[in-house]
Amino acid sequence: MTTSTAPRKNASRQNSRSSGLSPKKPINWRRAGAWVLVAVAVAVTIAPFLWMLRTALSSNSALASNAGNLLPADFSWGAFKRVLGLQTIDEAIADGGSGAAINFWLYLRNSVIFATITTAGQVFFSAMAAYAFARLRWPGRNKVFAVFLTTMMVPPIFTALPNFLMIKNLGLLNTMAGMSLPFLFMTPFAIFFLRQFFLSMSREVEEAAMLDGAKHLRIFFQIVLPNAAAPIATLALLTFIGQWNEYFWPLLVGQDESVRVLTVGLSVFKSQSPQGALDWSGLMAGTLVAALPIFLLFIAFGKKVVNSIGFSGIK
Amino acid sequence: MTSRLGDLKIALFFIFPAVIGFVAFFLIPTIRGIYLSFTEYSILGEPTWIGLENYTAIFADELFWNAMGVTIQYVVLNIGFQTVIALGLALLMHRVAKSTFIRGALLLPFLVANVIVALLWFWMLDYQLGIVNEIMSWVGLPRVAFFGSEQWAIPTIAFVNVWRHMGYTALLIFAGLQAIPNHLYEVANLDGASPARTFWSVTMPLLRPVLVLVLVVTVIGSFQVFDTVAVTTNGGPVNASRVIQMYIYQKAFGESDFGYASALSVILFVILALVAFVQMKFLKGNESDLD
Repeated sequence: MTTSTAPRKNASRQNSRSSGLSPKKPINWRRAGAWVLVAVAVAVTIAPFLWMLRTALSSNSALASNAGNLLPADFSWGAFKRVLGLQTIDEAIADGGSGAAINFWLYLRNSVIFATITTAGQVFFSAMAAYAFARLRWPGRNKVFAVFLTTMMVPPIFTALPNFLMIKNLGLLNTMAGMSLPFLFMTPFAIFFLRQFFLSMSREVEEAAMLDGAKHLRIFFQIVLPNAAAPIATLALLTFIGQWNEYFWPLLVGQDESVRVLTVGLSVFKSQSPQGALDWSGLMAGTLVAALPIFLLFIAFGKKVVNSIGFSGIK
Repeated sequence: MTSRLGDLKIALFFIFPAVIGFVAFFLIPTIRGIYLSFTEYSILGEPTWIGLENYTAIFADELFWNAMGVTIQYVVLNIGFQTVIALGLALLMHRVAKSTFIRGALLLPFLVANVIVALLWFWMLDYQLGIVNEIMSWVGLPRVAFFGSEQWAIPTIAFVNVWRHMGYTALLIFAGLQAIPNHLYEVANLDGASPARTFWSVTMPLLRPVLVLVLVVTVIGSFQVFDTVAVTTNGGPVNASRVIQMYIYQKAFGESDFGYASALSVILFVILALVAFVQMKFLKGNESDLD
C-alpha cells in the first residue's frame, strides 16, 4: 500500500535515470524483486546449456558416479573427438562411448546444403513475388495475394503426407532435391513479410529509373533488392535458423545416410544406443556442435533476430 | 487495353516461381490429401475409394480418442503455463529490463532445434543420472521417471516446450506492450489507479489483440507437437504421449495406411481451423480497443 500509490510509470522512469544512486532514495523493493525474477528467468534459460557443456566435457564412464558434480566429471575431450570422428570405435568404447557412431561431418555438410539452398530459394523467389504484389499493378493482384495468404492456415502435417507421396512418385526420396523442393519456392509468410517492406518504399526512385528506360528486372535487382537489404537479411536469417532446425520433413524424406541432416542424425544416434546405455557425453557433445552455428549466428546477429521477433510473430 | 492489364505480363514473370511452389506443394497436396482421406491406400498400388469409411472407423477408434485426449491435455498444459509465464516475463522486460541482452538470452532456447532441446532435457530429466532427479533427491524428494511414467510423460513434454517457447512468446507480448501509448498510463497514474488496477483496466484490454494472435499461433503450433515426442518417448509409455501428429505419422509410415492417416490429418486440419475461428470470434482479436 505504501509504494503502490506512487505513480508507477514515473517511479520507473526516475529509477532508470538515477538508478538508485541518490542516497536519499529508499531501496525500491518492488524493483529489486523484479530484477530477481529476471535473473531467475535468465538462469533457468541458460543453465541447461551450461549443463550440456559440462556433460560434453565429462568422460562418459565417470558420469554415472558423479551425476551431481557441477564440474565436468573426469574432464575429457573424448566426447567431442568421438562426435567429430577423431576416435576409432574401439577408442570410443574405451572412452565410454556406446559404440554407436555419428557421421558428423556428412550430416553437417547435408544440413549446410539443405538450409542454404532452401533459404536462398525461398527468400529470392518470395522477394520476386512480393515485388509483383507490392510494386506492380495488375488485375486480380489482391485476390491472388489473398489466396496465397490462406495457405498460412494449412498445417504442415496436412500437406506433408501428399507431398511425401509426390516426392516418392517423382523418385526423389532420399535426395537433396526431394528434401528441398517443398521449401524452395515460397512461404506465404516470406511473401507477406517482404511485401510489407516493398510497399513502404518510395516510388520516386523507381519512376526516375523508369524514365531512364530501366526495365522491371533492373529495377528489381538494382533498386528494390539493395534498398530492402536489411529486411531481406533478417528474413534470410530467420529462415535459415528454421530450416537448420527442421526435423519432420527430413525425417520422412531424407532417412538415407547420404542426405541425413544433423537433427535426424542426432535422433538416430540416440536411438541406436542400446536402452539404458546411452552415450550421454557423446550425445551432449553432438547437440552442442549441432547447435553451434545457431549460437554463432546469434552472437553475430542477435540484435537483429531479437528485434524482428515482434514482427515475425504474425507468422 | 494495356492500361487495364497494367504490368500483368511482367507480374506473371515475377510470381511464376511462387505460383509453382504454391500449386505443387500447397494446393495440389491439399486437394490430394482430402481425396486420399476417402480412400484405402497403402502406398503400394492405387488408392481405392471407400467413401466415409475412414471417418466412421476413426470415430470408433479408441486410439484416436486417446491421441486426441493426450493432445488436448498437452495443449492445455503447454498454453496455460506458457502464456502466463510469457506475460510475466514480458511485463518484466517492459518495466525493468529492456536490455537486448536479456531478451536475447530468453530467446535462445527457441532458436535451438526441437531435437536438441528434447535431447538436452531427456538427459537432465533422466531417472538415474539426470541432474533434476539428483537435486530432487538432495532435498529429499523421490525420483521421478519423467519421460518413463504414464502420468508424467505429457506434463514433462509440455514443460520442455514451455521452456523452449516462453522467451519467444514473451517477446511477442513485449512488442504488443510497447505499442501501448504511454499517456494512457500517465492518465491512470493521475487518477491514482493502483498497478493492479492499471494492469487490468489499461494493459490487458489494449494487449488483447496481441494476446489473441499469440494464442492462435501457439495453440495451432502446439496441436502439432511432434519433434519432442518423437525424440523422447516416441508416444509411450503405452499410449501415454501418443499425440495426434505422432498417431498420423505411425499410421502412415508405421502401418502404411495412408488413407486413414490422411483422414486423421483432415480432422486435425478442421480442428485447427475451428480453434482459430473461435479464438478470433470470442476474443474479438481483430478489433483493437485503441481505435
